[in-house]
Amino acid sequence: MKRNSRIQNLGFGFLYLAIFIAVLTLGAIIYFITVNGIKVINWEFLTQVPRRAMTKGGIAPALVGTFYLTIGAIIFALPMGLACAIYLTEYSPKSAVANVIRMSINNLAGVPSVVFGLFGLTVFVKFFGFGVSILSGSLTLGIMILPGIISAAQEALIAVPQSLREASLALGATQWQTIRKIVLPTAMPGVLTGVILSVGRAAGETAPIMFTAATFYTRGFPNSIMDEVMALPYHIYALMTEGTFPERQTMIAYGCALILLFLVLMVSGLAIYLRQRQRKYELV
Amino acid sequence: MSEEIRIQAEKINFYYGAKQTLKNVNMSIFKNRVTAIIGPSGCGKSTFIRLLNRMNDLIPNTRVEGRIILDNQNIYDPGVDVVALRRKVGMVFQKPNPFPKSIRDNLSYGLKINGIRGVDSIEDTIRRSLEEAALWDEVKDRLNESALRLSGGQQQRLCIARCLAVKPEVILFDEPCASLDPISTKRIEELIEQLKQRYTIVIVTHNMQQAARVSDYTAFMYLGELIEFGPTEKIFTVPEDKRTEDYISGKFG
Repeated sequence: MKRNSRIQNLGFGFLYLAIFIAVLTLGAIIYFITVNGIKVINWEFLTQVPRRAMTKGGIAPALVGTFYLTIGAIIFALPMGLACAIYLTEYSPKSAVANVIRMSINNLAGVPSVVFGLFGLTVFVKFFGFGVSILSGSLTLGIMILPGIISAAQEALIAVPQSLREASLALGATQWQTIRKIVLPTAMPGVLTGVILSVGRAAGETAPIMFTAATFYTRGFPNSIMDEVMALPYHIYALMTEGTFPERQTMIAYGCALILLFLVLMVSGLAIYLRQRQRKYELV
Repeated sequence: MSEEIRIQAEKINFYYGAKQTLKNVNMSIFKNRVTAIIGPSGCGKSTFIRLLNRMNDLIPNTRVEGRIILDNQNIYDPGVDVVALRRKVGMVFQKPNPFPKSIRDNLSYGLKINGIRGVDSIEDTIRRSLEEAALWDEVKDRLNESALRLSGGQQQRLCIARCLAVKPEVILFDEPCASLDPISTKRIEELIEQLKQRYTIVIVTHNMQQAARVSDYTAFMYLGELIEFGPTEKIFTVPEDKRTEDYISGKFG
């Protein structure tokens, strides 16, 4: 008996250690970014364009650029992803075609983001001739987050009880009416949670926009979706690798990182909040 | 007494993959009567009732043989409008399954998908269906509340009202009281008693007393076969088949 409980204590000890290291890492990241970044953050930093070779002024164009790119990615990926998920769960759950699609989606999820960047460069920038622009970057980011949105939407659709579909069909509803009026509204909170998490991912990625949308510096704000833009993650990259005032630039990069981290954590927090709320209304 | 046949099932075989779960079932469902289907778990009674509105179409890997005649047409003929069939043959399920919407929306859903618009006629139908389902007095002041806040028994009566709202001619009850307490069960049984004046009713039940109380005709099924069918009184007093007698006297089941 004694031996067993000793092994158990050892096991628990290991689990606690693992949790401790995970939390510590997150805490350390937040701590160092905050300590280093908070110094440069003020109202001017958030609302002004960069000046004097990035050492003065603010990061407003990068904030705006990231906002546009993320919204653009969602506008593209949400309808596509939802449509794929509906097809896979509601119409063709067992067919061979569906299995091939499912496998492709899983593989798509494993593709490194820089590969998406090169794909975007070849297809959107060059082949379609969209140039380095918000449009090209949004489409590239959209393709990158598509698998995540599809699987989130699939999970949400599968979680809708079969009894609700039966109830609707038994009333003489068509399958499409059942999906549109019963299944989708019930699954929507779950879908939105997935979308929000994808927003965090799209906002933070550098590689997919590096060749397709982002630029080192713009004088002002973009006028159309065909303009190239500054974006937060790329701005951090640029500050750390180019320019002539490395120390000052590093401080600003930490400021950008803090803003980016804050935005992504806010977005994830929103997703968690929505999920909690959804749980409260779920069927027993 | 002379009875009018509403649904006629002829030589029904049903296969789930390679497994045959219904074997040569022939049964008549009479108009404005309550027909109860009893039998032990796995005897095929739920499978059979779900054939009558083609609910089994949803289960992949299944196959039906035989004919089910409703209004001079085999409902399994190719080209039959399944949506129209299900409007004519409504269903109440084992577990109450209201939509996660308001009470009002649960009832108006069936009307809206059937293209009925006018606010007045929708409100009239909501009231009529709730009254018919003996639920109106309990919910008339809270039609905009979520249906999920009703008790289990109320939810099941709401599901009955939802079914009545689209004006079916036949109502299938698939063990409607399986998850309800005795008092709610009694209310549903009283309701079925009243509904048979206007509707043809088929009820699958686990509960023999319930079959004896509510039905005019009883079918006893066992291992996918229809063993005996006849007036409820006769089945429960002088059954012809030994297996029926053993089941209703509680020797197995």
